[in-house]
Parts: sequence; structure tokens; C-alpha cells
Amino acid sequence: MILQGITRFDEQGRTTTGDARVGGGAEPIDARGLLLLPGLVDLHAHLREPGFEDAETVATGALAALRGGFTTVCAMANTEPAIDSPGLVAELIARADRARGARVLPVAAITRGRKGKELADLVELAAAGAVAFSDDGDPVDDARLFRSALEYARAADRPVFEHAQDRALSARGVMHEGAASAALGLPGIPAAAEEAAVARDIALARLTGARLHLQHVSTAASLEHVRAAKADGLAVTCEVTSHHLALTDDWVAGSRRFVWEPMRGASPPQTPRGAPYDTNTKVNPPLRGEADVRALWAGLADGTVDAIATDHAPHPSVRKDVEYAEAAFGISGLETALAVLLMAADAEMGELGTIVRALTSGPARVIGQDVPTDDLVVVDPRMEWTVSAGALVSKGKNTPLSGRVLRGRVLMATVGGEARYTDGSLKGRRAEATASR
Amino acid sequence: MIGQAWTRRHVLATDDWSRAEIEMVLEQTDVMLPVLTDPNRTVRRTPALRGRTVVLFFAEASTRTRVSFELAAKALSADVVNVTTAGSSVEKGESLFDTVRTLEALGGEILVMRHAASGAAQFVADRVTSAVINAGDGWHAHPTQGLLDAFTLRSQLGDLAGKRIVILGDVLHSRVARSDIHTLVPLGARITLSGPPTLVPVAWRCGQLPEGVVYEPDADRALAGADAVIALRLQRERQESGLLPSLREYARAWGLSEERVALMRQGAPVLHPGPMNEGIEIAASVAHGSRSLIERQVTNGVAVRMAVLWLLASSPVTA
Repeated sequence: MILQGITRFDEQGRTTTGDARVGGGAEPIDARGLLLLPGLVDLHAHLREPGFEDAETVATGALAALRGGFTTVCAMANTEPAIDSPGLVAELIARADRARGARVLPVAAITRGRKGKELADLVELAAAGAVAFSDDGDPVDDARLFRSALEYARAADRPVFEHAQDRALSARGVMHEGAASAALGLPGIPAAAEEAAVARDIALARLTGARLHLQHVSTAASLEHVRAAKADGLAVTCEVTSHHLALTDDWVAGSRRFVWEPMRGASPPQTPRGAPYDTNTKVNPPLRGEADVRALWAGLADGTVDAIATDHAPHPSVRKDVEYAEAAFGISGLETALAVLLMAADAEMGELGTIVRALTSGPARVIGQDVPTDDLVVVDPRMEWTVSAGALVSKGKNTPLSGRVLRGRVLMATVGGEARYTDGSLKGRRAEATASR
Repeated sequence: MIGQAWTRRHVLATDDWSRAEIEMVLEQTDVMLPVLTDPNRTVRRTPALRGRTVVLFFAEASTRTRVSFELAAKALSADVVNVTTAGSSVEKGESLFDTVRTLEALGGEILVMRHAASGAAQFVADRVTSAVINAGDGWHAHPTQGLLDAFTLRSQLGDLAGKRIVILGDVLHSRVARSDIHTLVPLGARITLSGPPTLVPVAWRCGQLPEGVVYEPDADRALAGADAVIALRLQRERQESGLLPSLREYARAWGLSEERVALMRQGAPVLHPGPMNEGIEIAASVAHGSRSLIERQVTNGVAVRMAVLWLLASSPVTA
């Protein structure tokens, strides 16, 4: 179709307005007010297959990604078995090809079985198609082993994606350690658990010269470490997640306010609240305080943050419909991330161009790739929709945004020029020949 | 109840209660207490909850609170069903969700529950038609303990406005401390927390304190001139998990000794939620001394729980 009058972003976040041919055919569509983005790249998603198909499959995850505007997702290796052999990498690629959703790029495990004891065969895994290595879900506790991983990854010309967390410090914590954890009586995960690990990892990146990518960075001091490492010219990159850019630890206590939203009412203004202890707010690293959230936005603006990822972590209800301390960590995020970020841009938390860059060329560069030019996403930034967990394509219904009205909806996603997802409302915008004059 | 009706469906925590709601429970406790203590009464029972069923679900070891609720329910002539589980339901492979469905099938109007997980009472309340009374959820809340402490302190000190009350010990892991804060502060009291730095939430040591609360690590300075003290139970496993060097040192630095009691305002009372580790967080002579209200807390506890049961049973949302 021909999208007439659409605002097009390139992968540097620069805009032009005009007509664009997308997804085959020549049907004219009145696309004024719509956005055409390069296909979004998610460096961090859990597709759960093989082993946890009750949580997600490659097929459902790859389709959920398209619905959210992501035409490329990096699949984490914490499956059962873990993606730690070339055969498993090849199988994942084959399943993704059959699914015909988003492109799925395998991230292979750093250590055999993700047990943190012995290195996986990193060179062979890279040859089989792994774009990066990660034991995500767990850090590599052993610094010497992690050093070896970095040396090998450098030889294989792949980045290491690290879930930076000092597990002696995070211990049995289930949420950010702060005023909210104190009030709720939940064991906390201090910001230092991440910051100490980030500092260690950067020291090892300096030692080895390897490409280190820090996953889901969530605190102001972690970003300071990254900022300093970049200033020193190290090959260190990092991502932040869409939920850490929007939600705070007060959500565990029942807040339902995005950081940019005003309090409600006067004298004194109140935070809109739901019930406390919603296990859909339980995520690792945990939702942090508002100062940390603002620091993440500042890091995005000054280029310290390379990418925004979803850390899409679907879980079946049996893992979430339990006591808070027992619940699994993770938020189902592929289908809500873009809308949340568009709303943040509207609220001037960050420039839309910067956000687009962090969702396209930024993450692509981390894995040494370009966004394929025929991967495109059409977005209506004004369309409002209510998040309904049951209506998510993902098997993971674990979103803390259930029932919320979001603004911004993906109308079409193309992969390699093929429209693999089209929302019915796009056809309804068919332009009259005369109207387009 | 003059002019105002009870409208809460559950009693999960008092952190969002108004002062009027707290007062309502305390006034109702005044009505209930004579049922238990009036020497002229031969039958220590009222028919208020006749025909109603109260389910006591205790998924964590507890004798005194369970017995207190049982006595309260029986004093109101309710039928009482006891459900106790050893260990967590998770250990047994049964989820709390399953347990809750079973409890719901028992058909009790009021479910009194204790559970080791913070938030467990909220979890259950969101999923049942019964009214839920939280008898302790993890480190989070124990609202009837807060109410009985408020009742006990008020009967001794009168109006709590401006009174300074010390909460001493393992605040971090204490649902009693949190519920005391959220009951005493709305009544006008000021709270001083004192305890080892590892056993007080870091946010509360770094200035992000709840309204009306301060932290003073030094027990002597905290107690100097105070109007009352609530000593908290110290779990021995805190030492094993590296939060304390030794119990001996704890007893020296934060134990409630006679010398420390003497630092408070003359006649200032001593409370403890029980069960006590005498010689560790409280000296035996203090626990059983003239300033101790610990036994009175036990009697008041039954009366407060009668009041809460009665208010919930008579509330339009439950009845």
C-alpha cells in the first residue's frame, strides 16, 4: 500500500514527511498522523522454547514481538535445555523461520547449562549463528570464568550480554530495597547489588578488550560506571528496559502512576493506587526509585544508554498467582513497550527521535548489525487502547499494565518487505482518490 | 458506635486507616472488655456472633494469637473452625491459591489468617468472599496487635497525643513494629525506633521515615525521657544469617534492662508482643516487673479481637 503523508523516522531518529510504499500493493492509505519507523530491535526477550512452552513459544513470542513493533528479537538462552550447543542454536533458528513472525536472533549461553561452572563452546556457537552470549537470568558469579568468557567472546567477535548482579547482596530480595520495601515488609535488593557487579564487569572488559553489553541497567550509579567506561574508550554498551523507564518501586505498594504522570487531586495530591503486592510488578532487576528512573532517561539523552529493550519475560499464571515472595520475576513487555515509550515522549521524558534510535540503530549496533531496510513498522501514535492481559498475543499475561489505557498502537509490521502483521483499522483508512489531492 | 458505621470489608493493615476507624475499634474494645473481666459476670460470653462461622487459618506456627482469636470468637458465640498447616503450603506442594479455594468452600463469614509471606492476607482477600482479618503476614502487618498495643497504652497513658513511644529491637523483620507505627501515629504518638543498623530498614535509617517516626540507634538515648517502650522479639536465626555478631552483644546494646527502663519517664510502661526471649531482648525482672503491661496485653488482645470480629460481622458489606 501507499501510505500518504506519513511521518517517517530513519534509524538515526530523523524525520521526513511524505508518501511511502509499504507491504506490497498500491492501495492508497491516508496516513497523515501516522509514523513509519524502522523495524524495532529488541536485544532482550525470553521466548521460553524449548522447555517452558506453557510460558511462551518461539511462534507466540515472535508474533507478540510484531504486534509490539519489534521485527527483530534476541532470544535469551535460559530455556530447558539452555541454548548452549550449536545444534540448539540451529534448531531455534529453524523454529523461528517456520514461525514467520519477527526475526529471532539466538543468544547462546556463556556457560554450559548456564550453570556458571564451565564455558560453553563459544566459538562454535558463534559459527552456528549466536549473535551474542548471555547467561541472563543469572550473572556469571565467578570473575575468573567471566574473564575467560570475555576473552573467548572477543575471539569469536561477539558481545557478552551480562545480567550484572552480585547475588550475595541481592540474596533473597524480591523488590528494590527502599522506602516501599520497608513499608511492605518485603526483602530488598539494594541498588549496590547491581552497581558492584557492573563495576566488576567493566574492570574485566578493560582487562580483556572484549565487547561487554550490560543488560537491563536500572540504577543511576550503574550508569555512571558505564558513562566513565565509555569515556575511557572501552567497548561497553548497555540497555535499559521500557518498564524501568516508566515504573517505580512504589508500584509494588500499589501505585499506578507512570513517573511522568501528575499526582491526582489537590491538598495533598494523591498517587492513583491499586492493590499492593501485585506480583506482575516483580521483576529482576527490580523497579527502582524515581531518581533512578530519571537517571535512565538522562543516560538515554546523552548516549550512555545504547538501547531500550523489553526483557519480555512471560510466565504462566501458576508462577504469578502466588505470594509475592514466591512469584517468578518478569514482566510480559513486547506488546506494551512501544506505547509506553510513545507516551513518555509525549510527556517530554525524552525526544522521540532518541527513543527511535535506541529501539533501532542503537541495539543493532550492539550486535554489529544494521536494521534491514525492508523491516518497517507503521504506528498510530494517537490510538488509545486498553491493555487486556487476555488479549495479548503472548502467552505471558503477566503485565502490571492490565486495565490501563495506553496511547500508541502498531498498525503494520513488515519483515523483509512482507507485511507479517496488519491491524484491520489500517485498511479502514483507505484514502479517496480525490481526498489525496 | 455513634453516628458512624464500620465500612471496611477486611482488616489487612492499618496503614490506610483514618483515626476515626482506629478510635471505633478502641471504643468497641471498651465495650467488649467487661465481658471478659467484669467479676459480676458469671457467663463470659455474648451472643453477638451466634450462628456465624469464623475460620482460623494459621499457616505459620502461632499459639497465642490463634488462641486469642479463638477465645474472642467463642466469647461472641461464633462457631470456630481451625485450619492449621505445618510448614508453608508451598513446601507441601499446595499453593496458597488452592488452600484459599478450600477455605472458601468451608463457607466461613470471617477468615482469620496468619502466613509467613508479606502480602498473603491481601492475596487471599482479593480472592474470597469472606471478610479477612490479617493475624500476621510475614514482616508486613499484624493489625490487631497494633490496635491492642494502642488500647493498652491508652488505658495506661491516657491520650497519646505527643507521647513518645520507643520501639526497640528487630524492626526490619517485625510486622508488630509496622502495625504499631500505623496505629499509634494516627492517634498522635511519636515513635522512636531503636535497634541494630542491620535490623532497621535502610530507608528508615537514611531519612525516608514514615510520618511521626525517627530512628535513634543508641538505645539509651532513644529511651531517655520516653513515655513507653515496646520491645520486639529477636529471632535467633538473625545471628545465624550474619545480621548480628552475637546475642550477648545484642542484649548489652539493645536489651531492655532495668537500667534502661529507669531512663524513661517515671512509671513509663513496658510492652512486648510475646513470646519473649528473657535475658536477650528483655530482662526477666523487667518482663515481670511493676512497669510491665505484658499480661494486660494478652487480655486486651482478646477484647480487641472481639471488637474487630464484631465490627466486621456487623458491617453492611459482610452481613
